[in-house]
Amino acid sequence: MRSNEIVNKLKEAFPEEIIEVCSFANQTSMVVKKQRIVEVMRFLHDNPGLNFGHLQDLCGVDYKDTKPYRFEVVYQLFSIEKEHAIRIRAMLPEDDATIDTVTPIWDGASWHERECYDMFGIVFKGHPDLRRILMPEDWQGHPLRKDYPLKGPKEYWKGFQEVLRKADEYRQYETKVLD
Amino acid sequence: MEITEGQNIGLHTQELTLNMGPQHPATHGVLRLILEVDGEVVKNCIPHVGYLHRGVEKLAEYRAYPSVMPLTDRLDYISSMVNNIGYCIAVERLMGIEPPPRAKYIRTLLSELTRISSHLLWLATHALDIGAMTVFLYCFREREWLLELFEMLIGARLTVSYPRIGGVRCDVNREFLCNLKEFIKEFPDRIVQYETLIDQNRIWLKRTKGIGVISAEEAVRWGLTGATLRGSGVNYDVRKKMPYDAYDEIDFDIPLGSNGDVYDRYRCRMEEMRQSVKIIEQCLDRMPEGPILAEDAPDLDMNPRGHRMLDGEFSVWGAGLAFTDEFVTTPKGELYSAVEAPKGELGFYIVSDGTGRPYRMRLRSPSFIHASAIPRLCKGHYIADVIAVIGTIDIVMGECDR
Repeated sequence: MRSNEIVNKLKEAFPEEIIEVCSFANQTSMVVKKQRIVEVMRFLHDNPGLNFGHLQDLCGVDYKDTKPYRFEVVYQLFSIEKEHAIRIRAMLPEDDATIDTVTPIWDGASWHERECYDMFGIVFKGHPDLRRILMPEDWQGHPLRKDYPLKGPKEYWKGFQEVLRKADEYRQYETKVLD
Repeated sequence: MEITEGQNIGLHTQELTLNMGPQHPATHGVLRLILEVDGEVVKNCIPHVGYLHRGVEKLAEYRAYPSVMPLTDRLDYISSMVNNIGYCIAVERLMGIEPPPRAKYIRTLLSELTRISSHLLWLATHALDIGAMTVFLYCFREREWLLELFEMLIGARLTVSYPRIGGVRCDVNREFLCNLKEFIKEFPDRIVQYETLIDQNRIWLKRTKGIGVISAEEAVRWGLTGATLRGSGVNYDVRKKMPYDAYDEIDFDIPLGSNGDVYDRYRCRMEEMRQSVKIIEQCLDRMPEGPILAEDAPDLDMNPRGHRMLDGEFSVWGAGLAFTDEFVTTPKGELYSAVEAPKGELGFYIVSDGTGRPYRMRLRSPSFIHASAIPRLCKGHYIADVIAVIGTIDIVMGECDR
């Protein structure tokens, strides 16, 4: 199916959800509202003409100061049978960075959403196990946000301080070289 | 006498929580699994990742497009060539650069060499984990040969950084081609050697058949890709579905399994190596003459075109610095571009805001998704089979943790 047909089909089903349709480098993406995201995804997944079975990617983007809303959650979909692709981008404002989870549709979305939570602080409502995944569990802040510095704060992370302390402690057992 | 439950004879039994990793020889890096076991049977499994997190996505936001390349080398460090190529293709699509045909063929050829090298390492360690020591030694013999080939061409064995945005760094030389021809003549026989060692081996069959079974629908729902998915019989290969480089001009098959167990995935990868040899042969036959870098390719830190090297203010170092946000503008937009890495689908999602640096670069790494499916694959199996499952999904933690 051509991408404009997919767009039309989705526009028919959810006329009020779709805000914008963008096209770049032969790829089409749709900006949608976040409220009914699960219904939109379910439609894309279950509709026999669309059949988007494969969730290629799910990630967050921080558009601080460049767009009226701050975050986007990007769903990259592909249909293995029909061989067509579409990208769905859900808008999230800064003061309400939450969205419903799509784990009931794709099990593989689970870790993607955890990573997104870890890196951007976006909360996925209804996720079975929303914990940090790549960063340590007691980490402060969300590294991929634009206001997070590339080089960390002056003070080391607690876990690393512990390592340094232990290294100091064990230094007394080092073998001394006799002159 | 048959004892089914401990309580029957007054013994106290309980479920144990077992910590496997992060330092464990069979976890292929630093993967930590928390296993809840009832005797020998795994009831639940919680993977912990992130020990190798380096923040590649964050670092990429602060670097010019060409300087991101060395970061991609260190994702899946045993098949760095495919990572580089995947990244280059993503940026080429963003900038609208078309690499010349010769560069496309060279890249295709090297992608497949990398695939063989990665699959050899997978087979070696997978067999070693299960207990077939000899295969390990045989596989490393051929892998060494491959790494020597890379060294002949590029000078580096693992972290190659060979492709460039818009082409490749240097042309293939005669020494490399002669050795490569010898390799592909010899290699199919070597695959037969590995197969005679394990294919009919009763221990191997017992350890792999019916282990880690996943149905086709479920595998797609879990987001599995690569040979891990094709073992379940789903015909999904990025090389066929979204062709890049010269793959649309080359004739090859996608091997598929049917049962979706460890054995079928093993068979898939073995057949894939044969297909790779076929692709390399075709690449060598059809490789056209011509330039290896597109005319509109951005300047890079190692410029292959002599006339711009080291004359006056255009030093090698200066050429690299020319490509920063002040001088070069990229089209505004966002795109997703995927390649078939040896582990599965490696995707790059790049958001460009018009400057010379990516506004956001997202890496869809297959190992990360595959690691998330470990609990599904090893539930209900014995602890020893967890090793087989980790081996079969072929994860590399450098790519998983990014």
